[in-house]
Amino acid sequence: MFDDLRDLYQEVIFDHNRNPRNFRVMDDADRKVEGFNPLCGDRLTLYLKMDGEVITDASFQGSGCAISTASVSLMTEIVKGKTEQEADALFKQFHEMTTGKDEHFNLEAIGKLAVLAGVREYPARVKCATLAWHTLDAALKNQQQAISTE
Amino acid sequence: MTVFDVEKIRQDFPILKEKIRGKDLVYLDNAATCQKPQAVIDSIVQVYSHDYANVHRGVHTLSVRSTDKFEAARTKVKAFINAASDKEIIFVKGATEAVNLVAQTYGKANIKAGDEIVITAMEHHSNIVPWQMLCEQTGAVLRVAPINLAGELIFAEFEPLLNEKTKLVAVVHMSNALGTINPVKAIIEAAHSKNIPVLLDGAQAIPHIAVDVQALDCDFYVFSGHKLYAPTGTGVLYGKQALLEAMPPYQGGGDMIRKVTFTETEYNTLPYKFEAGTPNIADVIGLGAAIDYINAIGMPAIAAYEAELLEYATAKARAIKGLRIIGEAEEKGAILSFVLDKIHPHDIGTMLDSLGIAIRAGHHCAMPVMDFYNVPATARASFALYNTRQEIDVLMNGIESLIEVFG
Repeated sequence: MFDDLRDLYQEVIFDHNRNPRNFRVMDDADRKVEGFNPLCGDRLTLYLKMDGEVITDASFQGSGCAISTASVSLMTEIVKGKTEQEADALFKQFHEMTTGKDEHFNLEAIGKLAVLAGVREYPARVKCATLAWHTLDAALKNQQQAISTE
Repeated sequence: MTVFDVEKIRQDFPILKEKIRGKDLVYLDNAATCQKPQAVIDSIVQVYSHDYANVHRGVHTLSVRSTDKFEAARTKVKAFINAASDKEIIFVKGATEAVNLVAQTYGKANIKAGDEIVITAMEHHSNIVPWQMLCEQTGAVLRVAPINLAGELIFAEFEPLLNEKTKLVAVVHMSNALGTINPVKAIIEAAHSKNIPVLLDGAQAIPHIAVDVQALDCDFYVFSGHKLYAPTGTGVLYGKQALLEAMPPYQGGGDMIRKVTFTETEYNTLPYKFEAGTPNIADVIGLGAAIDYINAIGMPAIAAYEAELLEYATAKARAIKGLRIIGEAEEKGAILSFVLDKIHPHDIGTMLDSLGIAIRAGHHCAMPVMDFYNVPATARASFALYNTRQEIDVLMNGIESLIEVFG
């Protein structure tokens, strides 16, 4: 019935929405930033544990749509063990994949995150996917204040 | 028309033939804005093709024609809401501007520090923010009457809010987020017993409920044309003549003056005192055409048909496991707001769109209502005179399927 939506709602997204990974408060987090999308009410708190330049742990709390929940869940998995620079490079690639004009974006380079490439066809939903990454960007820059998509 | 012939009505709305993602359009976002009948579209084409010039100014033929049609629309609005005079009908760009106009003219002239303005917990942002701005400017205080879980005003808690400091009650006639129809007659009587004027926000009520401003005895009534099958950029402020006469003007400019020198300006009479600048001529004429269209069908017939649609949709929605209706007031208009267990309204909106179904997902410009129900957003299906039971079936089947897909 929803064949047209298979690019947007891949099984991986349903899976992460049902069972979000790293969905917990991190009491001893080194970085904690809140992300908010006022248009739809999506809210998340991102926690990072750092060892020097390296993100040793990442977790989140919050509520949002399937796209935003899957996006932040996947993100916390993928950034663990990455340096700040590597995570920042992923943020830029993710941004390019979801909002960029380049039709020939190299999906392989971004690995598992490629399941979210479908949002680029749904302009109204791009911010659902990018909220997590903008929040991470703020955390990497060590900003304390909540970030908003608007 | 004696029998409500929805199939015939659907023929009047060209957009209903549109295919969305290859599917028949099922347009259920009428509370956001309504589609337009051919008669309204034609009326605009007619004006620009044959009758257009500026109003109230020229002696030439087209200016006279344009003025006649523009003023005829005012008379149609007057009759539609049963105002006492054309002078009480002020054209604005929408309900939002009308509320702002009252806040910045009547409000500034009559509301002072320590005075109170009473609204309800179910207001649209457009009937909250203009009053907050006025309160900020004057030092007045905004009081909010609470609602119960069904989404109804708690009248017993509203009434005690009215006191000698209360200078205005501003209440929504029908809630856009919940569908609740407020007991406006009782609200007005309670306020008037303490000499407090009442503004009704009719943006949502106007296409669903026959409005008689004299029978209601409201002091101000505001609505937008675009929710009444008319073009965007049209709206009406109704005000009792004596109140409007006493109010200072809103904006300065052409048309609102009688005489201007560099030392002083004499303002024009009603309604022109509040209509500075060239108005939205063609679209207001379109609003007149929309009222003609509605009158030909009849508001009572429309209201009865929509009540039937809402009842049908509500029964079907209640049968869906995991669906919770937000807003179950006893008195309710054609709006079905709902949430689904573990499925965000934006996912509902995108998935239904892929089936050609247009609903609204979000906070409906009523964030305090979302906070009250402790939900970030709701999905909302809202019905108009051209919707059918079959469309409601398509909606409900879609909801059941997406629940299945989400697992």
